[in-house]
Amino acid sequence: MEFADMILIPKLDGVVLHGPFQKPVDGTLCITGHHLILSSRKEGGEELWLMHHNVDSIERKPNGALGGSLIIKCKDFRIIQLDINSTDEFMKVATSIERLSSLDEPTKQYPFFYRPMFPILEDGWTAFRPETEFSQLVTAQSDEWRFSYVNKDFSVCPTYPSTVIVPRCVDDETIMAAAAFREGGRFPVLSYRHEGGSVLLRSSQPLTGPSGRRCKDDERLINSVLGPGKRGYIIDTRTQALAQAAKSRGGGFETEVHYPQWRRVNKPIDRHSVLLDSLAKLMDACNDTSASMDRWLSRLEACNWMSHIKDTLNCACLVAQCLDQEGASVLVHGSEGTDATLLVTSLAQVILNPDCRTVRGLEALVEREWLQAGHPFPVRHARSCYASSGSRGKAQAPTFLLFLDCVNQIHQQFPCSFEFSTHLLILLFEHSYSSQFGTFQGTCEADRVRLQLAQKTVSLWSHLNRPDVLQSFLNPMYDPNNRVIWPSVAPMSLTLWSELFLRWVVDQSPQRQAWRTITALRERDKELRLKATRLRRQLAELEREAVEAGVLAPAAVLPASPTPGADLLPAPVPAEVA
Amino acid sequence: MYAGHELFSPEGASWSVKYTGIPVSPSVYARIRSWLLQEQENPEPDLYQGSLILRKVENVRMLDRYNARKPSVGTLYLTATHLIFVDPDGKKETWILHMHIANVEKLPLTTSGSPLQIRCKTFLSVTFVVPRERDCQEVFVTLQQLSQPVHIEDLYCFHYTSSTEDIPKPAGWNFFDLQSEYQRMRVPNDQWSLTLLNKDYELCDTYPRYLYVPSTASTTLLMGSSRFRSKGRLPVLSYLHRNKAVICRCSQPLSGFSARCMEDEQLLNCILRTNPNSSYMYVVDTRPRINAMANRAAGKGYENENFYENIKFHFLGIDNIHVMRSSLSKLIETCELKAPSMGSFLSGIESSGWMRHIRSILETSWFIAQALEDGISVVVHCSDGWDRTAQVCSLASIFLDPYYRTIQGFQALIEKDWLAFGHKFSERCGHVAGDPKEVSPVFTQLVDCTWQLTQQFPTTFQFNERFLLTLHDHVQSCQFGTFIGNCEKDRVDLKLSERTFSLWGYMANHMNEYINPLYSTDANPDVLVPNISPQNIRFWRGMYCRFENGVHPREPLGDLLLATCDHSSSLEDHIRLLTKRINALKEQLADKGEKRRSFTSDALESTDVVLDNKYLYEKGCGEDTDNLTAIKLSHAATNGVVIPPVKPRSVELISVDQLAAELNSVALDWKTLRNIRECICSTPFDHFSRKYHCWKCGEVFCTRCIDKHTALPGHHSQRAVPVCKPCYREIRRSSSIESP
Repeated sequence: MEFADMILIPKLDGVVLHGPFQKPVDGTLCITGHHLILSSRKEGGEELWLMHHNVDSIERKPNGALGGSLIIKCKDFRIIQLDINSTDEFMKVATSIERLSSLDEPTKQYPFFYRPMFPILEDGWTAFRPETEFSQLVTAQSDEWRFSYVNKDFSVCPTYPSTVIVPRCVDDETIMAAAAFREGGRFPVLSYRHEGGSVLLRSSQPLTGPSGRRCKDDERLINSVLGPGKRGYIIDTRTQALAQAAKSRGGGFETEVHYPQWRRVNKPIDRHSVLLDSLAKLMDACNDTSASMDRWLSRLEACNWMSHIKDTLNCACLVAQCLDQEGASVLVHGSEGTDATLLVTSLAQVILNPDCRTVRGLEALVEREWLQAGHPFPVRHARSCYASSGSRGKAQAPTFLLFLDCVNQIHQQFPCSFEFSTHLLILLFEHSYSSQFGTFQGTCEADRVRLQLAQKTVSLWSHLNRPDVLQSFLNPMYDPNNRVIWPSVAPMSLTLWSELFLRWVVDQSPQRQAWRTITALRERDKELRLKATRLRRQLAELEREAVEAGVLAPAAVLPASPTPGADLLPAPVPAEVA
Repeated sequence: MYAGHELFSPEGASWSVKYTGIPVSPSVYARIRSWLLQEQENPEPDLYQGSLILRKVENVRMLDRYNARKPSVGTLYLTATHLIFVDPDGKKETWILHMHIANVEKLPLTTSGSPLQIRCKTFLSVTFVVPRERDCQEVFVTLQQLSQPVHIEDLYCFHYTSSTEDIPKPAGWNFFDLQSEYQRMRVPNDQWSLTLLNKDYELCDTYPRYLYVPSTASTTLLMGSSRFRSKGRLPVLSYLHRNKAVICRCSQPLSGFSARCMEDEQLLNCILRTNPNSSYMYVVDTRPRINAMANRAAGKGYENENFYENIKFHFLGIDNIHVMRSSLSKLIETCELKAPSMGSFLSGIESSGWMRHIRSILETSWFIAQALEDGISVVVHCSDGWDRTAQVCSLASIFLDPYYRTIQGFQALIEKDWLAFGHKFSERCGHVAGDPKEVSPVFTQLVDCTWQLTQQFPTTFQFNERFLLTLHDHVQSCQFGTFIGNCEKDRVDLKLSERTFSLWGYMANHMNEYINPLYSTDANPDVLVPNISPQNIRFWRGMYCRFENGVHPREPLGDLLLATCDHSSSLEDHIRLLTKRINALKEQLADKGEKRRSFTSDALESTDVVLDNKYLYEKGCGEDTDNLTAIKLSHAATNGVVIPPVKPRSVELISVDQLAAELNSVALDWKTLRNIRECICSTPFDHFSRKYHCWKCGEVFCTRCIDKHTALPGHHSQRAVPVCKPCYREIRRSSSIESP
């Protein structure tokens, strides 16, 4: 169907918009192929630009013969209402939005039509290729790790990128054999190498099946990362019961007998529909501001979102602890290895690796551990928490949002260790659900290549990495911290992410004001320091001049340095500034 | 090894240094600690030396909830004022002020000894295991006696002696007086006047000496109304809004089922008529309806709308002190759960009801504030009008008047609505042994509600969390006389202002610690419009889990920002001095004449310095004429015009040595506060201990090591700033050499 067929009514006057924190706006509604636009036709009047893909659900509330109200609930959690006073037009608008918002065909999506209004300084599509991301590692540890192009045509594992990092001593034939033993061909690959040499691997479940099959190649591949006599941990993100049950469906887990050097630990993290239900309950509770205190608290508890955060952080901390404290290598997997697995491996890196706490590092982390690792964004984010439980598929899940919330929790506890502010996390949340950029299009690398995203769409990173855009996402309190940061996972340490979940019900402008003040204070301090340094230098020069001219008596005891005062100048780059 | 690990703090594994408890005043700390050190060296210590030590028990274990397998073992010292636990190996010290102890409990005997659980009013909870049951019993009995003296005169404040570096005794007692606070509200005026009926506390002994009542109300009216109100607490002015709407406060009327009082009815009518903008007013009974009804049987009750002209009566449903007391204890139990799951923690919070109570107090206060903003006066009462009434009157005032959001204003508010109007601090806080049913966290709730607002409006309050916590600590500590007694009359009778120190004096001396760096007056709206939806009411971890070491943000934003502001201020001052020196040198060089050319080019290169001159010009024109001349001259020189050298009256002569000393005295970079675990003196830092920078060397110290203030040669203003002890000595030495 062409866009023209889907838009039953391109323009309609006299529509009233009710949105959060604004007075009702009376204006003209325009429906384009990708946007819902409401304009008040007044200078500086309120306008609404809503991408159809952002619409999660539409509720029709007819008002007899007088049209009715459309309640539009968005994936960014906003809820708006459009009042239309003619029934015919009301139905047409509703049907148009419904059709446009459930457009499945990838190439019809907005990113394929969006043309950037800015010059692309650095192409985000090529900024974080595995070859560059891991080049240092593979060069420095060339005796241990290598790039493998065994998946170059995506035949060994359709959801892996074409380039992966594998142990040097394992050849591509072994890998292919191991891939056949793992669900979806997702054989164990390197995710992260910690300083000290312990490594983090991820994969999908082994296909042991009910009979407990084994695969020598898989065993060899995994064991090759352990030094002689060393032990490693396999973290299974399922419960033992689930892992056991998977056997009957051909999946399973690594049996101790065949992997004697590895110790298996179950750290269950809920997935898919459980998470989406949890988010749906959370958002219902958040939007009900007229509830009593007790009702709110019991709903917050019942939705389990905070428990999911605790479980996830707990598991990630455990992985980080194995890698950092015990120097032991870790393999993480659940079933497919595309959800909870990625959640854990990416969070462990945020905890362990200071690079991941920079803007570029976070972008690279999202690229490596989510996009290239094959988290199927278009499937998971096709519907969100406002969709009726009937229209929510089993494949939809806010796993990535859970990741962002966990990063936010760590950010709250270490507000000075991140180069970015939490606004960046909110931006990623928004763009992962609906965006003009192609980054979150495509379910995996192979899909992205097939859709020619790099050629036909703009990368979010190209937009974000422009200095003027980047500026607004920087954390004024940032003070690089090279240490491992251990978050507290005690219940009282974890708080609801009100900046995100309450942003349409609680006015966040006092918080934004505070943020601006903090930025101004830090900027001023930096400027003052620069100025003081400059003045000291100038004074030192003048002093020398004055001594030469005989205006100023030289020091009583001649200083060693020819320019007195120069030795008092601080080192050009302070190691750590308050 | 990691199964069941709740807190991942491997840092903690290698570093178990902890200092738990409310920060102790430096003088007290130094005195007791020097004794402890001495005692450690002395093999045969005199236990009762200097009357400081009462008991000493060795081999005591302190249990750690999160690290049960590695309890710290040490010595428990019982002094006259503190219970001190010292674990020499783990470098762990726990100080508990006896007055802070809420209750001591002997738990069932275990194989390793007799456990003693101590819960504090500051929400510290510790369990010591004492090897011998007899020792435990002795400590238990002593603590019970010491934590709640029978006589008010035995309270800490009557013995507390501040050392020289602190403040003189009278400081703080004269900071606030009720009359000037009312003057600030432009009272007395045409509608409101001062009555001296209560000059000798005869009309109402729990009210202040000075009362403000409608000018039209006669003495008979006031006395009649007072007789009709519980404890004689008649309706009087608490807050006058700029639109003439008022908050008046009182206690419940003695109405029973049918009694009425003409004087009381007339007094309320007089109050109504002080406000020309409204034909009616609200009478807010902050109690739940059922409680108020029950009171009628006891001859008390509430106003009958039929008897009073033009009042609208409202019940607003804040629960009584007993409900609040048990709610808080449930909340604390939740905080003390061993390895709680998210679910059990949240449901514990919910079932405690604490957040519900906080919200209902805020809601009621906001109702009152809104009425006033709409031009309608409100008369507020609860039962006796000293708990809930105090809470909502003060919070409504905070909503309405930006002054109460400043440090001074907030203190004035407590002086007025709490101290003057007879909130029974000594009974509610359990200062002395008495009826445990009178103890209730009413003031804690005010502090919590205020904190909620500081969270919602980060830039509108002048004070920070530390201010609220310090205030809360000292309401309980009895170290200062400010909160002793139950009403103004008690405090006058006890002659507290002569015999004890005032908290306000102490706080004035530590003001820089309490400043919210984000506070800005221009962003401060007149009326604060809160969002009191349940989603926006938060659990105050910093208060109720304050001593739970692992659960707080590891990088305290507030303290880091305060350090940034101090640092900026030091740099600014230094820049002013640098600019002055540069100008002076330029002038001298210009005088010399021969260097003019190189100087001209130099001055042109640095245009921003000329800008600074203007700054200096504006800033210091009055005080510094030398400088002024210097500026004029340098301007002339930059323009290349040759001016006959005008000899300034006195050019300040600087030596190279002096310049070096000046530069040396200001640290451009301050050490980061992050990852600093202990002070040079090896006092361990905790998340709640304030860390201080020495403005000279930029290193980080604890409060005890940075008790010196002095002017730095590198600062233009020559104000006294904090410096560490070695830097202090250095500055002293060099200044004595330079100025013989």
